[in-house]
Amino acid sequence: MARGPRSVSRLVQPIRGLAQRFAFIGLVATAVGLMVLGKADLILMDNLRAHVTDAVAPILEAVSRPADSIAKAVDQVRELTALHKENVRLRLNEARLLQWQAAARRLEAENKNLKSLLNFVPGPEPGFITARVIADAGGAFVHSLILNAGTRDGVAKGQAAMTGEGLVGRVAGVGSRSARILLITDFNSRIPVLVGPNRTRAILAGNNSDSPKLVHFPSGETVSAGDRIVTSGHGGALPPELPIGIVTSVNDGGIGVLPFVQRNRLEYIRLLDFGLAGILSAPSSRPPASGNKKYFRGGRTGNTKKP
Amino acid sequence: MKQPGLWHRMDVLARHLTPSMLTLALVIINVVPLHIPGLSRVVPLLPLIAVYHWAVFRPRLLPAYAVFLIGLFQDILTGAPIGVNALVFLAVYGTVLSQKQFFIGKSFFILWLGFSLIAAGAAVFNWLAISILNLTLVEPKTVFFQYLLTLGCFPVIAWAFMRLQRAFLRQV
Repeated sequence: MARGPRSVSRLVQPIRGLAQRFAFIGLVATAVGLMVLGKADLILMDNLRAHVTDAVAPILEAVSRPADSIAKAVDQVRELTALHKENVRLRLNEARLLQWQAAARRLEAENKNLKSLLNFVPGPEPGFITARVIADAGGAFVHSLILNAGTRDGVAKGQAAMTGEGLVGRVAGVGSRSARILLITDFNSRIPVLVGPNRTRAILAGNNSDSPKLVHFPSGETVSAGDRIVTSGHGGALPPELPIGIVTSVNDGGIGVLPFVQRNRLEYIRLLDFGLAGILSAPSSRPPASGNKKYFRGGRTGNTKKP
Repeated sequence: MKQPGLWHRMDVLARHLTPSMLTLALVIINVVPLHIPGLSRVVPLLPLIAVYHWAVFRPRLLPAYAVFLIGLFQDILTGAPIGVNALVFLAVYGTVLSQKQFFIGKSFFILWLGFSLIAAGAAVFNWLAISILNLTLVEPKTVFFQYLLTLGCFPVIAWAFMRLQRAFLRQV
């Protein structure tokens, strides 16, 4: 009796080993195949990503709440210790800003007068969708975020993602209740910008470090540290005049830019909906909604507003 | 022969799923925004530690297809090109299984050393794959720091898994 099963197992063991090896090789081949397919068929992969991200969005949202609270508590303690120094700094800042305010008021009035003289047609006013950052994904290779708003809240691919300080990135993929933001520091990010007071055209290219570089900067033009960088709106992918950052270094290694927005501070993000189709109006993407409605696509209650 | 009760079977199932679920949980924990300056760029690759650990101690409970699916999930969540981490995790898993004789009964320190070698291979492989897929050279410095952080996290995670394994997976 005892011989039966043992001889069977002696026969089965190598076959099972072989089958497992084949299964392993099959899985490796599938992974390689997916990598190649991902290069060839972006839409399929985007859909897959959107669906899976949608499915885990509630979990991510639940997990990210306590992390946010802890970060806030730590911040508060840190602020308490630096209270006096911060106070002095803010006093100085206030004096400086009051001067700027006066200047801005004067320029605003002047601008208004000039616009009325020229019969200037203002651009479309954006609608806002405010969403919470529920995942800071990436690591060394990818710089992206996941938000808790999707198509049902009016998020669409290509919208600009901002905070009060400046541009964060743009919507790269969107599911029904989650969206993925490609940050301006990711090396797949290329943004047409205007540099400094001369408004020189250039491209801001991410390189997976904290300071993206300016490329295609025309020779003969000057740029110096401290120059402000704003989106140019060329190509129609992003609205013009969104603040991005300042030039920090100009040397042989290129022109380094420090974005206004610090990634670790991101908690809530505004998505700007200008109704721009731009370079994303390939047959694959949805056509922009028609008429006035596109500026007021319904967000989460109370979050969609006109500035 | 008496059939095992429902509770017993569920208990066994839960124990069998523990390694996969823990690895999956690490993928999710990995993307939680922690608001620590500079961390998100070099966030340690925690699931890699889990894959290595279970491949050494309980490969039966973390089969190759689970490793593949977890890698795919990691790719989808982090926004990496789909398939890259699946391949990296499978490679780590396969390497550990092929060197099984080496790992049996070794001290914790040797296991850490083994991980440092395998994780280095994984980091280089990952870097190459991403660079080729994007046709650019990714900055190797951040990859190196990510590797160091992953190495630093290894003792904590491995220790926690070891305790868990002694408590729940003794019989499995």
